Amino acid sequence: MSNNKTSDNNDFGFETLAIHAGAAPDAETGARSTPIYQTTSYVFDDVDQAASLFNLQSFGFIYSRLTNPTVAVLEQRIAALEGGRGAVACSSGHAAQQLTFFTLMEPGDEFIAATNLYGGSITQFGQSFKKFGWHCHFVDPVDPENFRRALTPKCKAIFIESLANPGGVIVDIEAVAVVAKEAGIPLIVDNTMATPYLCSPFDWGADIIVHSMTKFLGGHGNSMGGVVVESGNFDWAQNDKFPGMTQPSESYHGLVFYETFGDFGFTMKARAEGLRDLGPALSPFNAFQIITGTETLPLRMDRHIANARTVAEFLDNHAKVDWVSYAGLKTSPFYDLGKKYLPKGPGSVFTFGVKGGFDAGVKLVEACELFSHLANIGDTRSLIIHPASTTHRQLTEEQLRASGSGPEVIRLSIGLETVDDIIRDLDQALAAT
Amino acid sequence: MSNLSYTDGKLRTILNDCKTIAVVGASANWKRPSFFAMKYLQGKGYRIIPVNPGQAGKKILGETCYANLKDIPEPVDMVDIFRNSNDAYGVTEDAIEIGAKVVWMQLAIINEAAAEMAQNAGLEVVMDRCPKIEYSRLFGELGWSGINTGVISSKRRKVGRK
Ligand SMILES: Cc1ncc(COP(=O)(O)O)c(C=O)c1O
Repeated sequence: MSNNKTSDNNDFGFETLAIHAGAAPDAETGARSTPIYQTTSYVFDDVDQAASLFNLQSFGFIYSRLTNPTVAVLEQRIAALEGGRGAVACSSGHAAQQLTFFTLMEPGDEFIAATNLYGGSITQFGQSFKKFGWHCHFVDPVDPENFRRALTPKCKAIFIESLANPGGVIVDIEAVAVVAKEAGIPLIVDNTMATPYLCSPFDWGADIIVHSMTKFLGGHGNSMGGVVVESGNFDWAQNDKFPGMTQPSESYHGLVFYETFGDFGFTMKARAEGLRDLGPALSPFNAFQIITGTETLPLRMDRHIANARTVAEFLDNHAKVDWVSYAGLKTSPFYDLGKKYLPKGPGSVFTFGVKGGFDAGVKLVEACELFSHLANIGDTRSLIIHPASTTHRQLTEEQLRASGSGPEVIRLSIGLETVDDIIRDLDQALAAT
Repeated sequence: MSNLSYTDGKLRTILNDCKTIAVVGASANWKRPSFFAMKYLQGKGYRIIPVNPGQAGKKILGETCYANLKDIPEPVDMVDIFRNSNDAYGVTEDAIEIGAKVVWMQLAIINEAAAEMAQNAGLEVVMDRCPKIEYSRLFGELGWSGINTGVISSKRRKVGRK
């Protein structure tokens, strides 16, 4: 199958795509901003048209659990920003991961994931996925060969985060992509922390990208959302590992997704079976909010990075701070990988170790006045959390260490406030520890 | 994987100008991709003429099916090929003979020799694409399924051909 990326699309710069991709003035009214199509369902022209839609013989709207015009604008927008073939949006980042594996896996299948993922992903993969009969092998991603060593005949995918939450760790995407390619399985990259503005996983050989759009894509801390993007470059028929793509679908009267839809067959299957049967549709209102967020993504990320650099340097020189793990600091072991994969800068979420361990961490987060103590990242506001006492509570001591969230670890998501104010708040909170 | 690229302008012109499309390798089974494409294009106002020796004389989607292109008793603008890449050569020879203006080979079907022959005979050639997908991409429906259409415009966009 060919990569059907259009020549036209490549002619526009990132900033233009961030504003325009997927959106056109409303055909009826000329409304320039994308309307919020707050509807559950859509009238059919006649019975024959309805049948064509249900059979996937034509493209159109049936019911907003499957497709919605506002959500579709966002899907095209993110697909364009990632340089992908198509995308399916859903209600959260976790739903995007669920949809991805639901589309790839059969009961009894396995996959390999990095140990240093967002804590919620470790729980989702390691615990809840067992109920689907899926088994996840976790490996330390710092050595890409660890993925090769963990391969089994039943492995159907490799999953990494381009920029890990919360560790400040950057995975060698290109090297892991080689392992996946040789095994004939897709590399899935969670690009949430980097965003497509900072990192382009498809350029390094990734096959599927997932996002929690809840974070920087929406960017204002007001809307949950997730998305799965397909590169269009993976050959699902190269082996017999993906019967769901290459064999007749029982729930679509024997339709074969890869044969019928080619390089966007995965996207169609994720929507037609995954969204249909798991049900995690994105609300049109949230899609509208996230569309608005993407329009300023490049501007916001530039400022997020500028502020994060300044704050990381400040902390690096602070007497009450043991260490700072930000790949933008020259002393970081991930500095070179950062230059390669995130040339504009390694995002604005990073960790540091406060002297005094668990108790000092608790005091610090409670003493902040400007930083918000909450469990999110990628907001206009600066955010702080002590993972060991909050997001990563479900993890064992060993998992805590492996995910870069030991008892002394503080995670920051640097926002867009005046950088001097951000620093002043941290300084006074550190004084309280 | 092929790196064939066709400008949106060329594809738009082909899809706007062609009215009658002969579909070689047309299936009567509604689950097959060729049936999907025919039904879709017919719904968009194209005249579809199915070609399949096994179905000759029977009707598919209300249209009489012919054993080969040369049996079609009326002019054909485009020949859409749902056969393997090797067979595409002979089909292209027939397409030239009956005076078609466009030879279009479906996804994964590529025959460079056939393409050169058709181009030398003055035909337009598209390979490794689906006219249904390209139609829906260029004229406003494919994006509804979250597919990256590559179309950027600040103009009101009516769905369908001009
Ligand atoms: C890297 C990463 N992936 C996935 C998720 C899950 O996304 P959501 O909270 O939207 O379900 C998060 C959320 O924190 C995250 O940081």
